Amino acid sequence: MKVSLFITCLCDAVYPRVGEAMAKVLARCGVEAEFPAVQTCCGQPAFNSGYWPEAAASAETLLEAFHDSDFVVAPSGSCCGMIHHYYPKLFENDPEKRERAERLAEKTYEFTQFLVNVLDIEDLGAVFPHKVTYHPSCHGSRLLGVREEPMKLLSGVRGLELVPLPHAEDCCGFGGTFAVKMSDISGAMVMEKTDHVLETEAEVLTGLDMGCLMNISGHLRYRGGPVRVMHLAELLEEGMAAAERPTMAGSERLGGDRL
Amino acid sequence: MSGTVRRSAGGSGVVRGSVKERARIALKDDFLRGAVRYTTEKLRGGRKAAALEQGRWEEWRERGRSIRLHTIAHLDYYLKQFADNARTGGAHVHFAASGADAVRITLDIARSAGARTVVKSKSMLSEEVHINEALEAAGIESVETDLGEYIIQLAGEAPSHIIIPAIHKNRAQIAELLSKEAGAQLPPDTKALAGFARRRLREKFLSADIGMTGCNFAVAETGSIVVFENEGNARMVSTVPRIHIALMGMERIVPTWEDLEVMATLLPRSATGQKLTVYMSGITGPRRDGDGDGPEEMHVIIVDNGRSLQLGDPEFQDLLHCIRCGACLNACPVYRHIGGHAYGSTYSGPIGAVLTPALNRNVAEWDDIANASSLCGACWEACPVKIPLHDMLVYLRRKKVERGRKNTWEAAAMKGFRVVMSNRKRLEAALALARIGQIPLVRDGAIRAKIGPLKGWTAYRHAPSLAARPFRASWEELRRGLAQTAAPKKAEALQKLERFARSRQPEGRDSQ
Repeated sequence: MKVSLFITCLCDAVYPRVGEAMAKVLARCGVEAEFPAVQTCCGQPAFNSGYWPEAAASAETLLEAFHDSDFVVAPSGSCCGMIHHYYPKLFENDPEKRERAERLAEKTYEFTQFLVNVLDIEDLGAVFPHKVTYHPSCHGSRLLGVREEPMKLLSGVRGLELVPLPHAEDCCGFGGTFAVKMSDISGAMVMEKTDHVLETEAEVLTGLDMGCLMNISGHLRYRGGPVRVMHLAELLEEGMAAAERPTMAGSERLGGDRL
Repeated sequence: MSGTVRRSAGGSGVVRGSVKERARIALKDDFLRGAVRYTTEKLRGGRKAAALEQGRWEEWRERGRSIRLHTIAHLDYYLKQFADNARTGGAHVHFAASGADAVRITLDIARSAGARTVVKSKSMLSEEVHINEALEAAGIESVETDLGEYIIQLAGEAPSHIIIPAIHKNRAQIAELLSKEAGAQLPPDTKALAGFARRRLREKFLSADIGMTGCNFAVAETGSIVVFENEGNARMVSTVPRIHIALMGMERIVPTWEDLEVMATLLPRSATGQKLTVYMSGITGPRRDGDGDGPEEMHVIIVDNGRSLQLGDPEFQDLLHCIRCGACLNACPVYRHIGGHAYGSTYSGPIGAVLTPALNRNVAEWDDIANASSLCGACWEACPVKIPLHDMLVYLRRKKVERGRKNTWEAAAMKGFRVVMSNRKRLEAALALARIGQIPLVRDGAIRAKIGPLKGWTAYRHAPSLAARPFRASWEELRRGLAQTAAPKKAEALQKLERFARSRQPEGRDSQ
């Protein structure tokens, strides 16, 4: 069984630590994944802006990278949503590629989907004694239907106090190029989102998409909000590593590495 | 207020400038934002509670969608059935290919009746074809009798929400408008303000020659029109004056009363969280012998105005499924911040952003509206008939690009995207270059400079810097460590993966 990592262009270039955390969590679960370097980007920035041939040129690298994989796992509901929801449409005029795109969609999983639904794991034995809030990204929850999986994983973490995020389902205002093209509207949306994050008084904000988290953390840093923003893979990896160090488990020393 | 859409006689009702400019004005208007946020939150909360209370909401949505899908697929059949039955019931049925035709037919009816005053209940279609302006230009007084519509008519504005036309106005602003009309200072108290409007409008109901309503649904099997409302004004409008004109979008049809029951379950709950509107009137023809009230003449004007352009279009036909509940507006985070007028047309919010260019066949001119969305899909989730508006917004953007209406820097950026992302070697080279290029901009791991294409981002946020080493560069090193980590549970995981892979294998398909 070949499990491949679809690392996403954003995690590749900007947040490699998220990809590393995902690979480590999977390894701790017994999955030795591989990384086909042919992959670049799902094509969403071009696709959503209306530039479909440009999107297809990028998407084809994924068709090639994962043609012989049995499972493809990515740390992004949005990029997986692109594959599931839009690839068949993107390649609708090319039967051969469309077929390959459909096959890819069938075997592509967002990180928490893969852990909970495929590997049937909810409790990773992680320890993370912090107050945490969770932002459900729009594409992951609406296009892909990932809602319960992250909740199950979070409730399996020892010491973690999950505080509900008010108006959690509201978009953070990222929307890819939307954040740049319609920056005033996007700015108003992210301000409202960070207001809600700060209201929770959580130490950590977590989620499943670095696009949204980059937007929220970018605004938090801009306004000086004292919240650490982490992908759930990072949180789980940190929690699993902590659980393995006997002296650290449940201790307050974990709090020391806040950004 | 320069950001509002003014009514204009004979005009398209379209405001100039870009959605970006209009949004900037709206974003600075704290009154507007406060008023819109307050009401949309109340409405979307109401919708969720009503859906939960009703139960099995997804099944209701699916049922609603199938009815709309079936009806629109056989629209020619049901339109004929409706028109035949309406005529049998004594109504005059007119077909208007365009908004201008709808206006002409209305004016002909008014002129031949010698009408001086028209009272209207709320109708988005009448806003779409700008009937008030046309009537006034012809010397006929036209009075909106829905409280919200009355308020914005006094203000000389267009509605900024499909259901709540004056959503952008707060109580103090409304008191000011009505005081001017009353010629006396009215207190900013809902009861007093509504009381004044009721007294003033009552005179109009009794003296009007023509009553105009919209049509929420048209039931084909009996040729009836159905109007949902909360104030009782549509019932007055459709029964007191001598002539009743109903403006009906050609897609408003449902085949049977049984289908209407599903719509009556979905529409009020999605719109306002009500189980049912206060009044739901089913009207079949004019007054009959023995009827206590009702008009002597009834006209139904069935309007196309760009709707039939969607028929047969695989990407946009579903737009005709819309039942105008406004749930997508209330769910939309963009609408919440900028209100309806920033969209620049009669229909606002996600449905407006798609419907306006679709009805007008001028995608290119409307290109920036499709960009006023983060594609979050909240509209789709809220829609009682599951219209994929977030997909349609992407299709609109594609159409714009295909027709050569591109933004120059974006087109150049996308060309670059293609070059870099179609080949890993070029991606690696580009990353290496960019890491050097960003050096002067990075401070404490973040980019704050408000320059070039970064400006939109850094005006509100810090941008992260590129990692010192991309994932692909550190992978080999990482991989060697992972093999050891994975070893203890490897067999167990493999078993799970194999079992799962077997269970998802579609029947009849080879494994390779």
